[in-house]
Amino acid sequence: MTKLKPLLLIALILLLLLLPAFAGKYLLYMAIHILILSVFALGFNLLLGYTGLLSFGQAGFFAIGSYACAKILLVIPSLLLGTISGTLAGGIAALILGYLCVRYTRIYFSMLTLSFGMMIYSLAWKWREVTGGDDGLAGIPRAPLEIPGIFSINMSPMGNYYYFVLVVSLIAIFLIHRMVHSPFGLTLKGIRDSENRVAFAGVSIRNYRLLSFTIAGLYAGLAGSFLPPLENTVTPPIAHWTHSAEPVMVTLLGGIHTFSGPIVGSILFYIIKDIIVRFTQYWLILFGSIVIFLVLVFRGGVVIFFTEKILPWVKRR
Amino acid sequence: MYLWLLAAGLTLVFGVLGVLNFAHGSLFMLGAYAAFTFYGKLNINFGLSILLSLISVGIIGAILERFFIRRIYDLDLPYQLILTFGFILIFDDLVKMVWGGVAMIPPMPGFLEGNLTVLGRPYPFYNIFIIFAGLAVALVLWLILEKTWWGRMIRASASDREMAGAIGINIPFLFTTVFVLSAMLAALGGALGTPVRVVAPGIGTAMIIQAFVITVIGGLGNLKGAFVGALIVGILTSFGILLFPIFELFIIFVVMAIVLMVKPEGLFGK
Repeated sequence: MTKLKPLLLIALILLLLLLPAFAGKYLLYMAIHILILSVFALGFNLLLGYTGLLSFGQAGFFAIGSYACAKILLVIPSLLLGTISGTLAGGIAALILGYLCVRYTRIYFSMLTLSFGMMIYSLAWKWREVTGGDDGLAGIPRAPLEIPGIFSINMSPMGNYYYFVLVVSLIAIFLIHRMVHSPFGLTLKGIRDSENRVAFAGVSIRNYRLLSFTIAGLYAGLAGSFLPPLENTVTPPIAHWTHSAEPVMVTLLGGIHTFSGPIVGSILFYIIKDIIVRFTQYWLILFGSIVIFLVLVFRGGVVIFFTEKILPWVKRR
Repeated sequence: MYLWLLAAGLTLVFGVLGVLNFAHGSLFMLGAYAAFTFYGKLNINFGLSILLSLISVGIIGAILERFFIRRIYDLDLPYQLILTFGFILIFDDLVKMVWGGVAMIPPMPGFLEGNLTVLGRPYPFYNIFIIFAGLAVALVLWLILEKTWWGRMIRASASDREMAGAIGINIPFLFTTVFVLSAMLAALGGALGTPVRVVAPGIGTAMIIQAFVITVIGGLGNLKGAFVGALIVGILTSFGILLFPIFELFIIFVVMAIVLMVKPEGLFGK
């Protein structure tokens, strides 16, 4: 297993890198969406799976990232600048709101993040001068990736934009992987499992929670800023609380206490959606049933199911 | 007042069962659709169609509790929220399948049409009817919880589930009845709302957030709080639309956040 893992990982990354060579435009579009949701859910899972806080306002930070990126791109067509400012905007918003949120845990935390998320939604929806109201912002260019005077890559072909999202996502995934396996990640898990003990060890729980919340906000902002150049528009529903539920569902689907859970969940989410939509437009019924089945029957998620049930079974053969 | 009916059921289930039911708004929506069908489509008498929709949503509530909600009492909050969220998805799509995705405007019952002049201003008769219905429900709920044997059992098991079980209260059955009561309250809100509201899929997700705000402001699991919370939110919404239309929705959530930060257990929490 230990020898197999890096090999599999390399194969997967190779597959992702070679995807534009054989995949059509639609598949690439899907892949970008999967990457966006993965990054979004990974940041979210740092909060839920590692720190033990369920946030229902992540879509707010996602939307802040999207709108910030869109605003920048409408003025200065530079993809790098847009992405960076979207990410930072999400992070800063999370830092400020997180400061107010992290004193509370459990249901109060969830409700407070929900209310902040909905505040952002109501601003996106009603504050017409800045956000365009329910029309959203349209005509956002997919600006070239450039550092003036050094290089410039045209991002109009879907393949090129896919590479940009892929590379940035992989870096983000690598970083968060390092984070959760560092002393910082261990401390977060400690807080999740026994708050008091960690506090007695002299750790400031609040600061750690705030840091984790801010990182989740940065990731939501990053995921959000991938969206405007892809769709060329930003609309308020991305800030709505039902959008906050998406990372919750995929994290649960993939596995809550595993690192790869949110990624696997995102892939499955889009695959399930894509398959069912071919047969019926009412795909949410089936997805809702899957969610309920997961909660009632196996709470570990797909990744745990795979590593604990399928792998030993394969090994025995 | 619909808000009060909605929030009463939500806070009751949270207070007694300890489950935050995301799908509560969907029960409201089902109540609205059921009343619409019975009254608007099948032309059954208004009072009877409300009764029929209460019963049908009550049955759905019983099934929900018995087969799904019952299994998650001991689980962590995220799982409860996610499970009930799964039901939102299912109910929303079911409604779209059965009634179609368009918004519908149900007819107004004849005897409740017209206006009443209060202090020189015309006031829709139906609104007054709703206000009294809401007050009546508040009174009945209070009587049930404070004065009846059933209410005493509910209060006992809300404060100590194991103890109540030990002295011979059939807890699982009691919880089912409480859940059914809550579902019926939601359905009543939805059914009474139909003549003046649009019936559309998605009202469930819109309503549940309002109900959350109310229950949080009033204190989770607190009926009196839910009543006051509903009044506060109702007044804020109507004045908000008049005074600062841009920030109407925003203000409600600001109030919710402030209550959470200053007094997380709500205005009427102990």
